[in-house]
Amino acid sequence: MAWHKQVLRVNLSKGTCKAEPLNMKWVQDYLGQRGLATKYLVEEIDPKVDPLSPDNKMIFVTGPLTGTMASTGGRYSVVTKGPLTGAVACSNSGGYFGAELKMAGWDMIIFEGKSPKPVYLLIQNEKAELLPAENFIWGKSTWDTEELLKKKHQDPLIRVSSIGRAGENKVLFAAIVNDLHRAAGRSGVGAVMGSKNLKAVAVRGTKGVTVANPKEFMKATIAAKKVLADSAVTGQGLPKFGTQVLMNVINEIGASPTRNHRDVQFEGASKISAEAMHEKRPTDGKANLVTNQACFGCTIACGRISKIDETHWTVKNKPEYWGASGGLEYEAAWALGNDNGVDDLEALTYANFICNEDGMDPITFGATVAAAMELYEMGVITEKDTGIKAPFGSAEALCKFTEWTAHGEGFGKILGLGSKRMCEKYGHPELSMTVKGQEFPAYDSRGIQGMGLAYATSNRGACHLRGYTVASEVMGIPVKTDPLTTDGKAGLVKAFQDATAVVDSTGLCVFTTFAWTLNDIQPQLQTACEGDWSLEKLNLVGERIWNMEREFNNAAGFTAKDDTLPKRLLTEAAKTGPAKGKVNELGKMLPEYYKLRGWTPDGVPTKETRQRLGL
Amino acid sequence: MQRSLLINPDICTGCLQCEMACSFEHFGMINPSKSVIKVFEFHHDGRKVPYTCTQCAEAWCLHACPVEAIVINKETGAKVILEDVCVGCKVCTIACPFGTVNYNHDSGKVMKCDLCGGDPACALACPTGAITYVDSDWTGLERMRQWAAKTDSRPKAQA
Repeated sequence: MAWHKQVLRVNLSKGTCKAEPLNMKWVQDYLGQRGLATKYLVEEIDPKVDPLSPDNKMIFVTGPLTGTMASTGGRYSVVTKGPLTGAVACSNSGGYFGAELKMAGWDMIIFEGKSPKPVYLLIQNEKAELLPAENFIWGKSTWDTEELLKKKHQDPLIRVSSIGRAGENKVLFAAIVNDLHRAAGRSGVGAVMGSKNLKAVAVRGTKGVTVANPKEFMKATIAAKKVLADSAVTGQGLPKFGTQVLMNVINEIGASPTRNHRDVQFEGASKISAEAMHEKRPTDGKANLVTNQACFGCTIACGRISKIDETHWTVKNKPEYWGASGGLEYEAAWALGNDNGVDDLEALTYANFICNEDGMDPITFGATVAAAMELYEMGVITEKDTGIKAPFGSAEALCKFTEWTAHGEGFGKILGLGSKRMCEKYGHPELSMTVKGQEFPAYDSRGIQGMGLAYATSNRGACHLRGYTVASEVMGIPVKTDPLTTDGKAGLVKAFQDATAVVDSTGLCVFTTFAWTLNDIQPQLQTACEGDWSLEKLNLVGERIWNMEREFNNAAGFTAKDDTLPKRLLTEAAKTGPAKGKVNELGKMLPEYYKLRGWTPDGVPTKETRQRLGL
Repeated sequence: MQRSLLINPDICTGCLQCEMACSFEHFGMINPSKSVIKVFEFHHDGRKVPYTCTQCAEAWCLHACPVEAIVINKETGAKVILEDVCVGCKVCTIACPFGTVNYNHDSGKVMKCDLCGGDPACALACPTGAITYVDSDWTGLERMRQWAAKTDSRPKAQA
């Protein structure tokens, strides 16, 4: 069935792997993936736990549509308490690993404790065992780890999710990487994995997935696939240009954070855009982009596969980086590029390769480098600290910093703390462009007002994937709203947040919502799953998940005071573009948002709200 | 008219909808490990290649089978396994030069592409048209058309 009703509980301290039944009551209330695993997490850990201590838990979780023919039905999430933020962390990844875990017969894996020695988990259908990683894959990159595991177990069909050296070194924004370049990227979930001495999860699954009503399910998925194919965004824009389709668009509307948010437009944007990735290089006559690629089950195929120019200084005499691998998506291109003022497409691709190879979130990493470059330009830090001249625009500094952070060397150890801790260390906390300790993604909230509220209230710190009002404010999906006003944005943000919480709990990719609404997703869920999954119920599930996450964060010590933005965005007006003269007017939106949420002015869900949602 | 699966790897995205469709058609469940079409990824080159049985006219598997469990479907031309005759000896898996006949340990029989009786599920499920089901005698037609489009003997306009 859509759920196998099986949880694998791995106690790393004791070295045990045990199967237990999935809590089907919770399934009814929280659906799967993000919602369901968060329910397990909040029930099982103390919200005040140190995220890198053995008492924190980490959950790998699939959704009911993971491993099915529903388009994009291959997602899994990693849910834990995040070390970068101290808030709930839920990082979602595509590729093939999630579907493979489901094929092996598991809905989720709960990791608890800490292994005395580095280990990896090998799952072959119902068989699960912890095996030693020392003198084997510990100390290796995610790329080598995958190759070595396939070789050792003589099975090229194994799918691997692992941490690189960044995760082992507990870089606070370490990612968990599967299938070489797909990542549960944000909030430092890789550092939690590293803190548990867990190097990798290798899975081979041959049990398959069934759905409740196969005939109707096929009909529903075929109809929904047609909606994706017919949409200009998911049918044409994303396959051809990837998420990078946004680079020029967002820059033109003056919402592209540049040089640590000093500016809102980057003069070099067109050089690192989707269009630039398609252009033939003068050096070798080839384009940076080799092809697009789909994740499991995805009929959009937005993934970028790139090759770096072999003669470029970043990879000269390094043939290991000459092959095709995961290329620049919009967030990575922006964070490594615009935010640092770097417009060298090949250098950015190299830095992105390294982020994949050793498992780092390129958003937080790039934004941390941006803060370092600002500190450098202000003279707060010098070459003595950084080990290299590091003004904005230096591709050399960016690439060195990437290597050093990935390998835990030199200034990379400071960068590995993220911008909040780094800026505090150097006495300039105001230069950290973060909410709740997590760095902003590629949309400046002075030019897209609703995103300011979405960032300030996001349960995992600044993030575009918790409520992507850019869809409405810039692209007109599902309806166009004015990005420069705050009117109606509280309701818009809430609606996006709740709907996204549902999508993140299904096993589907949130990018489908460029074309789909819950109206398209509901029939696929209804025919795949047992029980009633009406739109009303799904809407309630989304809101319940949001409030559950909020209550966890409140219990972890966050308050309404943390629902804010850095001073720069609230007081320093945009200098150019359509948003020129504007700051983010968070204060106009936040009280209305709390009210719509049914929260007190202190940001706490009221008794009535808790009752209505069954919390 | 007989038809053949025509595979164009250049536009395969690696989504595996074909593998899912294949397993669903034959086993009623979504299970790529039971699919007889496989997508291979050549990561270093960024290439994805779907591969399955080409339905050889003089099929090695058919000739190798000691119990005549592999027969030709006259209508589709597919070489089809008769499950109730197959003894699971696996000689056909050795005989096939392309590796497209494989053993299924769940059933104890071998499995291979049977063209779904003339309406291949993989081709129906492919979102990009990388797998199509076309006239067996004209699998080169589209490639010919592309080359034909490039020929132009009309006098060029003077620049």
